[in-house]
Amino acid sequence: MTTQLAAYTTSTGEAFQFWVLGTVAVIGALCTVFMKKAVHSALCLAGTMIVLAVFYLANGAYFLGVVQIVVYTGAIMMLFLFVVMLVGVTAADSLKETIKGQRWLALLCGVGFGVLLFAGLGNASLKEFAGTGQANANGNVEGLASLIFTKYVFAFEITGALLITAAVGAMVLTHRERTERAKTQRELAEQRVREGKYVPPLPAPGVYARHNAVDIAGLLPDGTPSELTVSKTLRERGQIRDVSAEALNDLRALEQRAQERLERAAIEPATFKRPEEASK
Amino acid sequence: MNPVNYLYLAALLFTIGATGVLIRRNAIVVFMCIELMLNACNLAFVTFSRMHGNLDGQIIAFFTMVVAAAEVVVGLAIIVSLFRTRHSASVDDASLMKL
Repeated sequence: MTTQLAAYTTSTGEAFQFWVLGTVAVIGALCTVFMKKAVHSALCLAGTMIVLAVFYLANGAYFLGVVQIVVYTGAIMMLFLFVVMLVGVTAADSLKETIKGQRWLALLCGVGFGVLLFAGLGNASLKEFAGTGQANANGNVEGLASLIFTKYVFAFEITGALLITAAVGAMVLTHRERTERAKTQRELAEQRVREGKYVPPLPAPGVYARHNAVDIAGLLPDGTPSELTVSKTLRERGQIRDVSAEALNDLRALEQRAQERLERAAIEPATFKRPEEASK
Repeated sequence: MNPVNYLYLAALLFTIGATGVLIRRNAIVVFMCIELMLNACNLAFVTFSRMHGNLDGQIIAFFTMVVAAAEVVVGLAIIVSLFRTRHSASVDDASLMKL
């Protein structure tokens, strides 16, 4: 009786774990889709993957649970984060629709697809759960190994070929052949003198010792930012923070305060009168 | 709780991933949504393995993981080379063949 019961339902502990962690997994998945920045999406996806690893363990797939953590959250997500850093962390997605109504249509398609999947699952006769107790009797890893090296040995070997192809493909795609020799520091200096342009060192970034971050352009005397002060990489990525408006506002506020302190506010009516005098 | 709920969770995660692929335009996030869909499939495979009482489902999930790892390597390489030539990872910008 108890074995039959175990086939149909799980223990209360597992049910509790499912509802709590399942909620976490769904929230993580939703955050992956709807977070604006790619870094946040990656972190939410990592959380979802860890929850899925726990579910694998609960379903008796002990080897896959560990592999999920090591391979997915350990290797693949870190690769994702690496590429996100390479592309630029601050690069947020543009939310402007290029095709009108595309977002709503996509949502509709998603909901329809979900309804189809759920209806299919609801109509399937998934009555009996044998449980992995019998299959895991000699150990989960041993069971998997005996299957991989007998029944699935060809698939396993082809997987090896696939991995090698992927590694070579990634190298071919990202490798860039240098067509010319990189210039040495001496040659660069000589070229600078020969051209006679920017012979002294480039100006430093930062504004009035208040913002000395490298992505903030220094301001020229008239308050416009100078792109020369920011490194070339940040300039090309468009990651320059412009504080010229703030700085000018601060300056204006400072001047006004100074005028109030010096009680020169009376000057302003005088300048105000000038047009009237001119009209007279 | 019926273990079928794991299948429902897998279906929900797959749907969310598919919707994400349709909605988002940052190539990296689209790629993450594909990973989410693969993971949902794996969860379904593992649950089926428990349902039938043998380990074949887990083997398939294992192969899925290996293929996903290979796919991530090549896909991210493509995204990096796209970013190098176009200075953006948006899938909208790669529209050179559009009339």
